[in-house]
Amino acid sequence: MNRVWSWLALGVGLLYFFLPLLGTLEFSLRKRKGEYSLDAYTAVFADPAFRATLGYSVGMALLTIVFGVLLVVPTAYWVRLKLPRLRPWVEFITLLPLVIPAIVIVFGYIRLYNTSSFLPLTGSASGTNLLLMFGYATLALPYMYRAVDTGLRTIDIGTLTEAAQSLGAGWVTILGRIILPNVLVAVLSGAFLTFAIVIGEFTLAALLNRPAFGPYMQLLGANKAYEPAALAVIAFAITWACMGLIQLVTRFSNHTRVNA
Amino acid sequence: MTFLSISHLEKSFGANRVVKDFNLPIEKGEFVSLLGPSGCGKTTVLRIVAGFESPSSGSVTIDGQDVTGLRPNDRNIGMVFQAYALFPNLTVAQNVAFGLKVKGVAKAEAEARVAEMLRLIGLPDLGGRYPYQLSGGQQQRVALARALAVRPRVLLLDEPLSALDAKIRVSLRSEIREIQRELGITTVFVTHDQEEALSMSDRVVVMNGGIAEQVGTPFEVYNRPTTRFVATFVGTLNLFEAEADGQGLRIAGVPVRLPEAVEAARGGRLSVALRPESLHLGGGEVTLPATVEAVEFLGSILRLRLRVAGVLVALDTFNRADAPPPALGRAVEVGFSARDLVVLNG
Repeated sequence: MNRVWSWLALGVGLLYFFLPLLGTLEFSLRKRKGEYSLDAYTAVFADPAFRATLGYSVGMALLTIVFGVLLVVPTAYWVRLKLPRLRPWVEFITLLPLVIPAIVIVFGYIRLYNTSSFLPLTGSASGTNLLLMFGYATLALPYMYRAVDTGLRTIDIGTLTEAAQSLGAGWVTILGRIILPNVLVAVLSGAFLTFAIVIGEFTLAALLNRPAFGPYMQLLGANKAYEPAALAVIAFAITWACMGLIQLVTRFSNHTRVNA
Repeated sequence: MTFLSISHLEKSFGANRVVKDFNLPIEKGEFVSLLGPSGCGKTTVLRIVAGFESPSSGSVTIDGQDVTGLRPNDRNIGMVFQAYALFPNLTVAQNVAFGLKVKGVAKAEAEARVAEMLRLIGLPDLGGRYPYQLSGGQQQRVALARALAVRPRVLLLDEPLSALDAKIRVSLRSEIREIQRELGITTVFVTHDQEEALSMSDRVVVMNGGIAEQVGTPFEVYNRPTTRFVATFVGTLNLFEAEADGQGLRIAGVPVRLPEAVEAARGGRLSVALRPESLHLGGGEVTLPATVEAVEFLGSILRLRLRVAGVLVALDTFNRADAPPPALGRAVEVGFSARDLVVLNG
């Protein structure tokens, strides 16, 4: 009897998640009257704005990942190694982006970094891009920090650090050759999550007026019928590809590295 | 000539003084063990020598150079850890080559050194393996090779055998000692295992409460412990309360004339100690009545538990097939030589 309820719960859950997705997929294929076709997808892929915004967002995502890794890995490592008492505080700070809406962050940015401020980042496209990247890194911080911190927990960073030090290694060598490679799977998990967040992000990009994929999806949704559904399916595919890559990397890593 | 000198070392964590005025001169090529129970400060001393901890006061010099203020990566000290600490992302050969690469040793020379080290530890064919593909003993040997590859001035071993099973521990300790002798490297070994310390070391430092209670050869530390702590911590020991009358002692009312070599007490009550192997069944120079309470079979040794003057003592005798142990409860005589008595100070 218990088993029946389990299957029922699973079935309801799957329907809840997949039914809208199937509906969207089905709708995206109905652009041509009376038959299924990929016309909506063709239209989306043929749109230069699609390629431009997706390319922009992918580039921003990669920059955000690099910045996030450079910021989070040394921070999480140092907090674990030298400042363990500060861990609850650092965790709290990294969680703040989850409770502070993106719109509050972006209005704060605009107010702080406008053209009449001491650091007028919004005065140029590259400055605004930089601001947007910082914003993305902030939004991704809870995921990136947790992923890296979990990775660090699985290795004895204290002893590995001391072993490397006794062999003459300095901090950069230790971080680059010992710590980072050993938490690479965790870093990649954080990186893929960051990628997924950046690709779909709307608020920051729209309010900073940058040509990102999120605002493009919104624009398309406001003006077309079938293309937004096709875009939603494409966005899902990108996100799932990221999740699949996390799984793949995790599985691959099990063959190459184990505990210290 | 002192090669590694630890002078007036003090270390406090808050109000807790874990190392108190610790002094230890070590000769070049010497193998010295720091032996003591958990929390006695032995690992702290080692970590200060390695540079992982800063002393509250005191200094560490190596080959005449004061290294107290140097960073660990500038000291050229090799260290082997209890938890192996091999880099999981690197192969055995890459682990051994790590320090050489950091120091900028030329590739060909580094490869030759790695091969030499792997031969030295008896694992010449395992260079391509990852640490997780090795047993604990093999991992610790690789850790030793990695520490030695950079030709350190001093080798520090922080309980390197504790995580291994008993059989491998015994074989690895003689391997480590052999390699140390072969290379002639000055070595400080931290352990809480007295058997390891006594079997491997040129000298043993018995530590307790942050101080060195006794420094001596394994023979001295075992046979002539100078404090009650050393006597009880190193080996099994029988303690007797005795009364001194200026000329000798009285143990359980039996007079014992002390030889000149054994310092006579100035009078009053004191503690004297005897190793189990210093006692024998039957009469001797000093004879005490005893009752057999238990017999423990330890293979080549029989350990008898005897009640002597109200004190339970251990007596070790060789196991001989033609001499079965006495029955439990039997009254026997226990003899010993006054020369073997150790008068305890602390």
